[in-house]
Amino acid sequence: MFAATMAAIMVTVLLALCRALAGPTVWDRLLAANMFGTKTVLLIAVYGFLTERPEFLDLALIYVLINFVGQLAVLRFVQSGALAPPGEGD
Amino acid sequence: MAAVVDTASWILLLGGSFFCLSGGVGLLRLPDFFSRMHGAGLTDTLGAGLILGGLILQSGFSLNAAKLVFILFFLLLTSPTATHALAQAALGAGLKPQLAPEEDEA
Repeated sequence: MFAATMAAIMVTVLLALCRALAGPTVWDRLLAANMFGTKTVLLIAVYGFLTERPEFLDLALIYVLINFVGQLAVLRFVQSGALAPPGEGD
Repeated sequence: MAAVVDTASWILLLGGSFFCLSGGVGLLRLPDFFSRMHGAGLTDTLGAGLILGGLILQSGFSLNAAKLVFILFFLLLTSPTATHALAQAALGAGLKPQLAPEEDEA
């Protein structure tokens, strides 16, 4: 059962990769990359159950937050060309 | 009792995989960026919720179930925020949604 779920999630990841490669705009690629990240979280969690190692759940928990922060950082960069408003920092 | 929990877990996991797959197909086949976001959002909420629900049923009442509840909570909190930020950025950059063609009068 976990193997079937993992196969389905991997097919979904493949579909998201196709959209990331083919997306005509940068927003399509960002959307596909975000979906890739959330599917990775599910993949890690299901794999932890598949191999009977519950430590993988900690990795999944961390990666949800890392994916979110990374997505917002790339979005800010794409939107305004810089990661901070001009004039901030040194 | 264990068989009931196993069956329910099977159903939830397979339902979650089905919704993940349909969201992925929607991401590929829908014509416009804003409609593709529906596909991606479907996998993030229904797909992830059902799969994690199936895993929670599998692990009983333990620390693993608490961690899975936290994963679900963070996923449900962060993915709509990221989607909203993405849509707002795309609209601000000038991407227009593809609307139905205007109907002729009479």
